[in-house]
Amino acid sequence: MDKKIKGIEFLIALFRMIKIKNLHASIEGTEILRGINLEVKAGEVHAIMGPNGSGKSTLASVLAGRDEYEVTEGSVDFLDEDLLDMEPEDRSRAGLFLAFQYPVEIPGVSNINFLKTAINEAREKRGEDPMAAKDFLKRVKEKSKLVELDGRLANRSVNEGFSGGEKKRNEIFQMAMLDPKLSVLDETDSGLDIDALRIVANGVNELKTKDNASIVITHYQRLLDYIVPDYVHVLYKGKIVKTGPKELALELEEKGYEWIFKELEAVSA
Amino acid sequence: MLQGLADVEKVFQYKGMKEMQTEDELIEEITNSEYKYGFYTEMDSDQAPKGLSEVIIRFISAKKNEPQWMLDYRLNAYRIWEKMEEPEWAHLGYEKPDFQDLHYYSAPKPKVQLDSLDEVDHELLETFKKLGISIEEQERLTGVAVDVVIDSVSVATSFKKKLGELGIIFCSFSEAVQEHPELVQKYLGTVVPTTDNFYSALNSAVFTDGSFCYIPKGKKCPMELSTYFRINEANTGQFERTLVIADEGSYVSYLEGCTAPMRDENQLHAAVVELVALDNAEIKYSTIQNWYPGSKEGKGGIYNFVTKRGLCMENSKISWTQVETGSAVTWKYPGCILKGNNSIGEFYSVAVTSNHQQADTGSKMIHLGKNTKSTIISKGISAGQAQNSYRGLVKIAKGAANARNFTQCDSLLMGNNCGAHTFPYIEVSNQSSKVEHEATTSKIGEDQIFYCKQRGMDETTAINLIVNGYCKEVLNQLPMEFAVEAQKLLEISLEGSVG
Repeated sequence: MDKKIKGIEFLIALFRMIKIKNLHASIEGTEILRGINLEVKAGEVHAIMGPNGSGKSTLASVLAGRDEYEVTEGSVDFLDEDLLDMEPEDRSRAGLFLAFQYPVEIPGVSNINFLKTAINEAREKRGEDPMAAKDFLKRVKEKSKLVELDGRLANRSVNEGFSGGEKKRNEIFQMAMLDPKLSVLDETDSGLDIDALRIVANGVNELKTKDNASIVITHYQRLLDYIVPDYVHVLYKGKIVKTGPKELALELEEKGYEWIFKELEAVSA
Repeated sequence: MLQGLADVEKVFQYKGMKEMQTEDELIEEITNSEYKYGFYTEMDSDQAPKGLSEVIIRFISAKKNEPQWMLDYRLNAYRIWEKMEEPEWAHLGYEKPDFQDLHYYSAPKPKVQLDSLDEVDHELLETFKKLGISIEEQERLTGVAVDVVIDSVSVATSFKKKLGELGIIFCSFSEAVQEHPELVQKYLGTVVPTTDNFYSALNSAVFTDGSFCYIPKGKKCPMELSTYFRINEANTGQFERTLVIADEGSYVSYLEGCTAPMRDENQLHAAVVELVALDNAEIKYSTIQNWYPGSKEGKGGIYNFVTKRGLCMENSKISWTQVETGSAVTWKYPGCILKGNNSIGEFYSVAVTSNHQQADTGSKMIHLGKNTKSTIISKGISAGQAQNSYRGLVKIAKGAANARNFTQCDSLLMGNNCGAHTFPYIEVSNQSSKVEHEATTSKIGEDQIFYCKQRGMDETTAINLIVNGYCKEVLNQLPMEFAVEAQKLLEISLEGSVG
């Protein structure tokens, strides 16, 4: 009996990518996240939707470890480690990737150099040798195809002078290069035309395996036509107020968020 | 056309109110970074007594066995200097050196001419090792000829024969005075006259050694010529004199780099560098300057008051590239006199100041010839309590029709207690010329650092990457080996003790 429970726990730990429990976070004294509970397992894609100001991007920032946000309560377990106790760079090295909503420009630093530095530093921390230049370039070639990124972009300065679509594709390219366990895509679809959207989504789909997982944060249902989620969560006033299958996204698209909020009010009344 | 911007002062002083704790920690880490080349080699030295007078100048001249014309040049300079006042217009604050409390001559023993490295002072070789310059390795592997100046006297010169076959002269200044007096006499003081400024006059009176280089007509120097300067005696004012002459249609790339041992007293360095590019010639002059910047409390450090100038004749080109990370006080404006028509002057600079360092540096481009072009790219980085000023003069004479200048002057601030200042002087005297000045001031971005961290980089790695990117335009101008060294230097200057 005991043995069986232990076995199950082990399996759960193996498949559970991240477990967020009662997460509260605030910025400059204002509480934004008010008790988030979310569990993502390996092989899953979770979509988080919600109106503006519901806390979607805050959740992404808190997971990545931006220090403007103060976590006031709750816990986040990432691959059996206390995520909240880790530095942003250690979170990254443990396999957490954030595709930024607004990727920053770093003038004078080529994409290639940027990624080489990132990859080799992570390898160094793991006690591995730097990646051979040949292997690195092979990987660049292979992964840039995935997001139909022009070879020239790889040699240009990080995001400098990139169009909105190029910046987002570059995020997915970096994701492909770093091969994370859990990717958090923060409004990756914002500002993308339909072609760019398709390219970005294809990239994400191609990278999906049974061993990794994604949290896709989006305002519109549109992206979910291309990236099909296993679960859709609705975030409202810092809490997940509804969870459903992929069809929930369509329902939201059709009816908006109001009906959920009314439902909620009815319950609380 | 921009006009009348003279005396415009733009002061960008960042006074952020709310700052992240992590950033403060970071700044502290950076500003606590100690000078890593602080060692001191004990060597016997042949030193002049302290102070400056005609007697001392005669002593120096006699020590160096100089001809009469050289002594006369020095004495004339001394008499001019005596009547001059130390300039105070720079945006710098420091305790003025006591010129009577310095040694003006110091030479390592032995002074015998050496045929091989085995004959070189063992201690000296150790110093080279610490500096990471192995002469034998340089000779063998990199093809760089090194004329090493330690405390004013050249001790080892390499590749001389190979250069000799092309008629290229690359030697110590003292040797040039003995061996090539006609060239020295013809060009010395033609670009930087004795009367130019207080420090150039002082230098002209007391310079002890330096480098001399002459590239004959139509010859391309096949290797980078390199000199390592090093101040190695307490209280020794260093007064280097460098003269590079590129005859018609010739080309030379000259590298100058330096480190200095840790000292408590301020050391004065007042070098003069003169470049002459005759018709169709090209000179590329690269400097890495890493003298002791003083302790993090602002004690000690080198005073670096340097006059560097090039003269461009028809269709010639002079390009200055400098990476300045050292010295407590820097006062330096490498410039070009674009005398010949169609000549080109360039200035690429990275100046890093941290802790209590102060730098007032920039360039002077004097357009005299028609269709002359100049480019100034200046990148300043300030951290700690440092003050970093760009001061540049672009002067376009009446006869310089269709002259063009482009100036880009960027400042990067790290922390809330440092300052970046820009003093552009622009004087245009004709209607057909075009002058552009661009200036930006930015603070190293939290967002950029976080972005790098999210991809798995440490904070220091992130900063190095961002800073190197910021300086790339300038670093790209340096010859390969030098660029790598410069990158390392930037890291050392800005990195805290990692781990």
